[in-house]
Amino acid sequence: MRVRAQIAMVLNLDKCIGCHTCSVTCKNVWTSREGMEYAWFNNVETKPGIGYPKDWENQTRWNGGWVRKRNGKIQPKIGSKWRILANIFANPDLPEIDDYYEPFTFDYEHLQKAPELEAFPTARPRSLITGQRMEKIEWGPNWEEILGGEFAKRSADYNFEGVQKEIYGQFENTFMMYLPRLCEHCLNPACVAACPSGAIYKREEDGIVLIDQDKCRGWRMCVSACPYKKVYFNWSSGKSEKCIFCYPRIEAGEPTVCSETCVGRIRYLGVMLYDADRIEQAASVDDERRLYDAQMGVFLDPDDERVIAQARRDGVPESWLEAARRSPVWKMAMEWKVAFPLHPEYRTLPMVWYVPPLSPIQSAAEAGKMGVDGAMPDVRSLRIPLRYLANLLTAGDEEPVARGLERMLAMRAYMRAKTVDGVVDHAIAKRVGLSAQQIEAMYHVMAIANYEDRFVIPTAHRETSEDAYALRGACGFSFGDGCSPDGDTGNLFAGGKLKRKNPMEVA
Amino acid sequence: MKDYIFQLLFVWYPYICLTVFLLGSLIRFDREPYSWKASSSQMLRKRQLRWGSNLFHVGILFLLLGHAVGLLTPTSVYTLVMSVEQKQLIAVAAGGIAGVICFAGLTLLLHRRLFDERIRRTSSAMDIAILALLWIQLVLGLATLPFSLAHRDGSVMLILSHWAQGIVTLNPVDAKTLQGLDWPYLTHLVLGMTLFLVFPFSRLVHIWSAPVWYLGRRGYQVVRSRGPLRARGAP
Repeated sequence: MRVRAQIAMVLNLDKCIGCHTCSVTCKNVWTSREGMEYAWFNNVETKPGIGYPKDWENQTRWNGGWVRKRNGKIQPKIGSKWRILANIFANPDLPEIDDYYEPFTFDYEHLQKAPELEAFPTARPRSLITGQRMEKIEWGPNWEEILGGEFAKRSADYNFEGVQKEIYGQFENTFMMYLPRLCEHCLNPACVAACPSGAIYKREEDGIVLIDQDKCRGWRMCVSACPYKKVYFNWSSGKSEKCIFCYPRIEAGEPTVCSETCVGRIRYLGVMLYDADRIEQAASVDDERRLYDAQMGVFLDPDDERVIAQARRDGVPESWLEAARRSPVWKMAMEWKVAFPLHPEYRTLPMVWYVPPLSPIQSAAEAGKMGVDGAMPDVRSLRIPLRYLANLLTAGDEEPVARGLERMLAMRAYMRAKTVDGVVDHAIAKRVGLSAQQIEAMYHVMAIANYEDRFVIPTAHRETSEDAYALRGACGFSFGDGCSPDGDTGNLFAGGKLKRKNPMEVA
Repeated sequence: MKDYIFQLLFVWYPYICLTVFLLGSLIRFDREPYSWKASSSQMLRKRQLRWGSNLFHVGILFLLLGHAVGLLTPTSVYTLVMSVEQKQLIAVAAGGIAGVICFAGLTLLLHRRLFDERIRRTSSAMDIAILALLWIQLVLGLATLPFSLAHRDGSVMLILSHWAQGIVTLNPVDAKTLQGLDWPYLTHLVLGMTLFLVFPFSRLVHIWSAPVWYLGRRGYQVVRSRGPLRARGAP
């Protein structure tokens, strides 16, 4: 057993209102730069839909994640090390920028400077890559927002696997949900494995996966290897960039920007202890449907004395052990089992988990009666097909998702009985395998969701792990070349960019 | 005057180029690691790249290896297994094939760089210049082939390899020995040295970083720990 700690995230999709505040604040802080206009470290997709970049979940097309070979070992789906190097001159699995969307702006200045015209002046779009006119914008960062576009195209959604999807194209039967996505900071990251330069790494102390910008040579294998397509190639700097889990904030004990600004309060951050020795074994299990269980097997109980003792030996600080015991992520993923990994079948052991959304009762609307299992509605008659959620979260295994949804329904029923009828109904709790106490804790964390319950983030202990003497006079966090000023001015090696095109000045 | 120019171009110039090449690369690697990259434009446009880049790289790698081995292997070594005439024939045939492959790829890449609006607009001046220089250099190299076939005894090859070996052993031959060579050889030499000169200021630096070490990585994962102190047993 080798104990390591990671700051993990849970998103409660049941409460996501699809406001995109997470995406916008993240973009404003991290990716509002040339070369990264098209990149969203965090984006919110409307499901069902093909997503961003287009069709990202289709791994027969993009070859992301891992495959289990016949001998039981796993390797990146894009190929063994030899194959990866052989494809380095032209990566056959790399998306083109149009698979995300061509970044654009509008001729806003024209609105002010237009001479007197018969028609009202308009701001027409321009490409942010070439500066040229774009006659028609074909795709954008959130093209399928709230079921935009025809069902025929959106239904290419991979999660319809095994679902009779035709009926969901009808207006009366349609369903939707939001899926905010960011880097999963996996335990078994495929981007790290595929990086020929060794520039991508997982931090031992908090599990954040980062790209060393000074070591990245732009071989772009990480972009293909990541099955979530959450590594982005900066076409201006020629290097890959990805969500950094706002590590400067996390180190200071503050939540990531997306979590901090989440209006629906759906995001949770907490410490998970895991056994680094069990990662490979867990990622290599034969049956894809067992990967969810296998990943839970990697997590370590923060209340177990043996785990605590080993964690201390492995240098996990005391404040982190304390945080692990109070971790909302542990409670939702392991204790109540209402949170699930996104696409465990990619074998990356992702560390951003999701609480599936409840939805209106389908049959009740149809026939005036609802499928009832005892006193509670049957989760199989929810509007969002169970199989759809299972394809998203448990490699198609419906049982765990059903149990999670039942527990969420039970929480509602229990609290309704308590607050409306004034009855503490232990039977409800018992039916879903929880105690009344646990249901109340669930209510406190998931429904009330106070700031201090959502974010239990211990500060980094740099005083014990970093030699401050060696850092004196260093530049700290900077864009560009260490201490060199940002930008190309006066740099012998920058090669002199062609004069930057200002979209406003192009004829 | 001719003697002086030859002395300048083929005795002094190579050392200037090599010095800038080595020191420039070192300084850039040390001071500007963020600028050290392959500068791929595949993300912006796939078209023409798959064929262009693969053909170009395979061809150029073979040519580089061929030049290094062909020019720097001492005559006394390879004459153990083949005659000078045979070696020249091999060099012309293998170099010719690789040259044509490389030419096809490079022409595709140059066309893409110049005429694809996305690529053109996002290129630096050096990106275009280096591609153009390589293309000219390759054409000059291919232009030497008929001249080489004209003198099959390998005498020109011997002059060139002695010159190259003289340069790298810091014992340059008399530049006068090169005066009898035809113009494609001479221009190919000068432009070749110039490529070394501009190397550290261009995207060519990615050659230094060819990630062959990846094959030797144990397992797949990379984990970094902060802890210099922890390793020393601090709490």
